[in-house]
Amino acid sequence: MIGREGVAALLQRALSYSEAGQTQVLMISGESALTRLAENVIHQNVAETESRLTVKAVFGKKVGTASGNDLSDEGLMRTVTRACEVARLSREDKQFVSLPSPSPEGYPGVVSFSERTAGFVAAPGERARAAAVLAGAAGGAGFRAAGSISAQAGEIGVANSLGVMAYAPHSRVEASTVFMSDDSAGYAGDTAVDLADVSFEDLAEVALDKCRRSREAVTAPPGDYEVILEPDALGAMLLFLVRVGFHHILYRQGGSFLSRKLGKRVLGDNITIWDDGTDPRGLPMPFDFEGTPKRRLTLFENGVFRNMVYDSYTGGEAGRQSTGHAIPFAGIGAMPANAFLQPGRASLEDMIGSTRRGLLVTRFHYTNLVHPRRVVITGMTRDGTFLVEDGRVKGPVRNMRFTQSALEAMRDVEMVGAASTVRRLGMANLPAVKIRRFAFTGATEY
Amino acid sequence: MEELSLLPALDVAMKAGAAYADIRQVNRVDESVSVRQGAVRSITSTTRQGFGVRVLAGGAWGFASSSRMDPAEVLRVARQAVAIARASGSVAGRPATLAPVEPATETYRTPYRVDPFEVKLEDKISMLLEAERLVTSQRPFWRVATRLFGEAYLGWSRESKRFLSSEGADIEQEITECGGGISAGAGTLREIQQRSHPNAHRGHYATAGWEFAETLGLVDNAARVGREALALLGAKPCPSGTKTLILDSTQLALQIHESCGHPVELDRVLGSEASYAGTSFLTPEKRGTFRYGSGAVNLTADATIPGGLGTFGFDDEGVPAQRTELVSQGIFRNYLTSRDTAPLAGDGASNGAARATGYDRIPIVRMTNINLEPGDWTLEKMIRDTKDGILMETNKSWSIDDHRLNFQFATEVGWEIKDGSLGAMVKNPNYTGITPEFWGGCDAVAGKDEWRLWGTPNCGKGQPAQVAHVGHGCAPARFRGVRVGVGR
Repeated sequence: MIGREGVAALLQRALSYSEAGQTQVLMISGESALTRLAENVIHQNVAETESRLTVKAVFGKKVGTASGNDLSDEGLMRTVTRACEVARLSREDKQFVSLPSPSPEGYPGVVSFSERTAGFVAAPGERARAAAVLAGAAGGAGFRAAGSISAQAGEIGVANSLGVMAYAPHSRVEASTVFMSDDSAGYAGDTAVDLADVSFEDLAEVALDKCRRSREAVTAPPGDYEVILEPDALGAMLLFLVRVGFHHILYRQGGSFLSRKLGKRVLGDNITIWDDGTDPRGLPMPFDFEGTPKRRLTLFENGVFRNMVYDSYTGGEAGRQSTGHAIPFAGIGAMPANAFLQPGRASLEDMIGSTRRGLLVTRFHYTNLVHPRRVVITGMTRDGTFLVEDGRVKGPVRNMRFTQSALEAMRDVEMVGAASTVRRLGMANLPAVKIRRFAFTGATEY
Repeated sequence: MEELSLLPALDVAMKAGAAYADIRQVNRVDESVSVRQGAVRSITSTTRQGFGVRVLAGGAWGFASSSRMDPAEVLRVARQAVAIARASGSVAGRPATLAPVEPATETYRTPYRVDPFEVKLEDKISMLLEAERLVTSQRPFWRVATRLFGEAYLGWSRESKRFLSSEGADIEQEITECGGGISAGAGTLREIQQRSHPNAHRGHYATAGWEFAETLGLVDNAARVGREALALLGAKPCPSGTKTLILDSTQLALQIHESCGHPVELDRVLGSEASYAGTSFLTPEKRGTFRYGSGAVNLTADATIPGGLGTFGFDDEGVPAQRTELVSQGIFRNYLTSRDTAPLAGDGASNGAARATGYDRIPIVRMTNINLEPGDWTLEKMIRDTKDGILMETNKSWSIDDHRLNFQFATEVGWEIKDGSLGAMVKNPNYTGITPEFWGGCDAVAGKDEWRLWGTPNCGKGQPAQVAHVGHGCAPARFRGVRVGVGR
């Protein structure tokens, strides 16, 4: 770790090399490690150390970006110089207004870093012991475990020539596993800032239970079903809803379902979603990738579209302030990264008990967008799909393909779960939901 | 490439007990420009340098990498890789073994005529602005509320890498890539349609110089792309039912990618991707006997053909580029392999498909150029020979299950085929199927004149994620009995 003062000094040095009218420098630095499991053994085990500087240079309304991972003085100068070169050679972008100015209210105090997680990054033996918990649980039951245990720890610093200076250490641990038998599979996964919040024993227990209950699955015919989406499946679907809906270009061009819908109902009235990068239940950070403070922002309130998200560029284009949602990738604009769905009161048992004929889905696989305007997506179920009949789980079914409008599904939510469990970048805490009608368009015989 | 003493890393690793070690130093520069609405929207230059050390110790693998290019860091990372391998060994199965390879001391360089880094940025921007202007110069002709948007992009990169192994290999390679594309989005408040050229998902790329970008015809095809996007708004929906399907080579390339390229990756077959990207239906007992497709289906992996995104001199384990039959006259023959997976399938040697996407990633089994060998038909003859079918062009979306069997693809545009003639344009075309049934229905493949090697620069696999650049050569082909128009 370089530390707050070291990062600030490095960013100021980089700014000093720039001849541009406005300059922004973003440093992302850290170490990460990933231990991968297959067939109950560790088959891949890797670690990386990298520091990277991304420079945005602005001459008038001409903008250029360069990045490099050589943080020596010569390397910094080379990256800044290249950003200035490409900016000078670019053409005027009339939509550009300004890089962000410093926020008068400062940054929220959030815990984005854990020493425990940082220690886990540096300890391959500890990660191997965690992998052994999964492998042991699966092997003990005659199953095969696959999965990954990853951890990262590092620092993010952002500064610009208008006076923004932001720094935060960050860490994250992610674990996911699939237990498999010859005719079944069960999944479990979690993500957290602090290693202490992830229990490998609990993950093994969930995956084991799903794998056991998925055995001797039968083929269910395609068609419309009631569906109970567990948090991971809901997360995959909502990710598309958010990415398409808030995609700045689609939004401006009229291609998003949110285009011209501010203040109007677009989802069911039992759906309230907000974004909050400061909430410790998610993966908090005090600022976005332009150094604008994070805050809670309501996206949908009782189904009504309340707020669009902006970074400095898209905000400037729309005549609005940045909402603190800049992302480090050029092109698509700002994006919510910590969305929360307001929990309801239903338990999973309530959802199952109220279902006449439906499917209970653990998670989706290889989900992709078919039609953007209605957010029609297709994908497969995997690692635990169950038929529910007359209020009871009747038994496992083989994987099914769905082709369904995520927008229409979120207008047709009958019950929202009380417990929120999923943490992942882009989607923070999500409960399970029950949806009245969901289109399954293909079945499998294997 | 910055000179860095790499050999000490191998010495340190071997002295620490490794049975094998290699080190790759990589320096990669990526540049790109995109324009939209008459303005440059993104212009970027990215440089990444670093090295990665891979060791086999106690029969288990360890890998560590760093972007800090100094001698002390090289030694630290080598020791870290050994420590990681030791940890792997505490939850290990059968010790990993490596198929033999003759240690090479060679260099390879992508041949090109015009260095894309030497072409003036102003000229690239001018070309893109002109193409994008032509895309959007088309006038909406049937609905007042219609909008038309264009985007044009170019990208070029150079990767310089050096590979040293404890077996004595010392290989230097320089891979240059170049390409781009244009797209049009036409929309009303109810729908949005898109057309792209020469391919979707940011275009078409090759290992080549700027001369390749000049053949893409971005300006020449811009007006057509804009017109077709607008026309799609007025087109009728793709019919639903079971029909004869003809795929153009852009869509067929992705069909090959998902339903052949991924399933023949041996590491996937052995379970390495089970919790993430999934497994494969092409299990080892099927090799040599399983009917993957009809007799018209001949699939190869070929890292030696000029220009492909999967073309190189050596893979990232120092194995020479080669050509391998995957499916011959419809029968599944071979996997894509690496040095540690090949012995597990009973192969004496790797066929050179271990690739890493950067200094900070381990080589894993990846596609090279996965090709459907040409047949003796033409697209025109296929259409003339089809009574009731759909021609689909240019991928829009893709999805396939975790066994690589149940797939569903959508394309940008389709055309009805009735009684041997191309008919009306249809919008939102899609189709679904089961891999061996689908390829079993392939009864016609067009010939060499229509065969084209496409570049796919966005193949995701592995954890940590690796986005590989791979190639797919194919000509249009016909498939009988395919379910189209799914899911409305």
